[in-house]
Amino acid sequence: MSTTQERPGLVAGMDGRRRTGKGEHALVPDVEVRTYYDRPVLKQPTWKHWIPEYLFLGGLSAGSSLLAFGATLTGRRTLARRARIAAVGAIGAGTAALIADLGRPARAANMLRVAKVTSPLNVGSWLLTFYAPAAGVAAAADVFGVLPGVRTAAQVGAAVLAPGVATYTAVVFADTSLPAWHGARRELPFLFAAGAGASAGALGLLLAPAEENGPARRWAVAGALGEVAVSSLMERRLGEQGEPYRHGRAGWISKVANACALAGAAVGLRRGGRRGGALLAGALVFTGSLLERYAVMEAGKQSAAEPKYVVKAQRERLAEREREAPPA
Amino acid sequence: MSVTMPPPQPSGVRDPAALSGWAGHPERVGFFTDTSICIGCKACEVACKEWNDVPEDGINWLGQSYDHTGELGASTWRHVAFIEQRARIPAQEAGVDAPLIEDVPLTQLEREQGFRWLMSSDVCKHCTSAACLDVCPTGALFRTEFGTVVVQEDVCNGCGYCVPACPFGVIDQRKSDGRVWKCTLCYDRLRGGFEPACAQACPTQSIQFGPLDELRLKADDRVHRLHDEGVPQARLYGHDDDDGVGGFGAFFLLLDDPEVYRLPPDPVVPTRDLKEMWTTAAKAAATLIAATALAFAGRRAR
Repeated sequence: MSTTQERPGLVAGMDGRRRTGKGEHALVPDVEVRTYYDRPVLKQPTWKHWIPEYLFLGGLSAGSSLLAFGATLTGRRTLARRARIAAVGAIGAGTAALIADLGRPARAANMLRVAKVTSPLNVGSWLLTFYAPAAGVAAAADVFGVLPGVRTAAQVGAAVLAPGVATYTAVVFADTSLPAWHGARRELPFLFAAGAGASAGALGLLLAPAEENGPARRWAVAGALGEVAVSSLMERRLGEQGEPYRHGRAGWISKVANACALAGAAVGLRRGGRRGGALLAGALVFTGSLLERYAVMEAGKQSAAEPKYVVKAQRERLAEREREAPPA
Repeated sequence: MSVTMPPPQPSGVRDPAALSGWAGHPERVGFFTDTSICIGCKACEVACKEWNDVPEDGINWLGQSYDHTGELGASTWRHVAFIEQRARIPAQEAGVDAPLIEDVPLTQLEREQGFRWLMSSDVCKHCTSAACLDVCPTGALFRTEFGTVVVQEDVCNGCGYCVPACPFGVIDQRKSDGRVWKCTLCYDRLRGGFEPACAQACPTQSIQFGPLDELRLKADDRVHRLHDEGVPQARLYGHDDDDGVGGFGAFFLLLDDPEVYRLPPDPVVPTRDLKEMWTTAAKAAATLIAATALAFAGRRAR
């Protein structure tokens, strides 16, 4: 198949519009993007606002379970109990959000009809099936002070499953054809892991007494900085494919998210040891982390809506292959 | 290649039905859509709607030549694309806003008319390595004994994961009922020994149905004949077992680049990178554990 570079006479865009913006007889750029009336090649996700909210709540719950586990081990009783209650609340709300997003919510249990590793959503459903009850039992046993053996087992179980709960959602997004998500497959798990730490640390700052909030503060600050760092690295590595993260709705949501995260980290570092500073830092980091999920969701939609992200990358890939192994 | 790439059957065509556990299954079947003889009658769209009882999806004027359905979707399982290409003739340049084809080798007739039509009936590709099927968490999407990919509507819970997974933007959610829908390659008709409704209705045999290995031989013959007859731009799309989806169950003969017809030039099943993605997630999870340990490390000051 010949590549488009060999067709200097063709204008870009099959709808007759010129994308070069250089006038009627503009030179064709290196890789020209031709489309069918500018229509998207891919379908946009049908997922509604529930999905980024679930991403956030799942990470928040997983992070809180880890924070609670560490707090128990180091004798921070109040932090442990409150983080545990946060963990079960977040995973309950998150699961409800997931079900609300289904086209047929009454069939939610069909998620457990099979077990298949090629479906990250199925793997995640199984993770949740074990994680959510563990988090629930851990919190209930703590609050009511009963069943110490069961409580310990549930706490350990929740802490063991938590890192999976925090990161599998990145594989759900990466395992699609959307350039902004599939292209970001090396960074998204780290972005979501950082988000889990940031949000859980932030909630810890809001909930824990100042004398026990050291670990929550460190997590909120490190998580927030991690989110900003990973998302910048991701956008840079993606190059043109990273544009959807910088433009439009995704772009401004992401900017506000980064501002919140950086401000929250700064306040947390300087004033996090006092109640007022902890509350402000927690609120900022919490908001930033939630907004970051919305930004990733929007970027995926934007990369599906623009056919150039699909066509151009694939054309370049084909041209690369032809350079390496010219057709006979 | 992919974690799910099936081995070839003796004829050379990959055999996804065997990988899915069908023993003694019938031959893999599919479509060869030869767009060089499509006349844009949309009989395929109508036959598909009639047979499969697919609801109306909008009576729209899209400003896309004779195309009023736009693209494949939950309620459009065959879609005819219309592209009007005009040769660059100086007198026409000012007012005519249609794509130009001056460098494309044209047939005698097209040269005389200074114009050519591209018409193509698009359909689900029934990929050898199908993203929608791979990512479906309920098992609603399944591989039939014919090697095709079908949604079980009594199982689908409308999670929508298959929608952004498909590298062709084919499958979609039907808002009115929440589930996802796409071409079944007329699974019910196949089981009854009939050919799919669209192929049956096609008056020019632009849509050909049959065993995939036979269709590929026919397609090879056809593309060579077109080259001999002075249509050098004819090319096959989706006939290669080693492409990013392991070959299409429904492939095409095109007269221009795939993207001109809203087809991705180099589609890849996202699950091809599944191992890398799970490994990265495991590394991120390990980082999270390490970060927890660090956050609690040091003296117990507060």
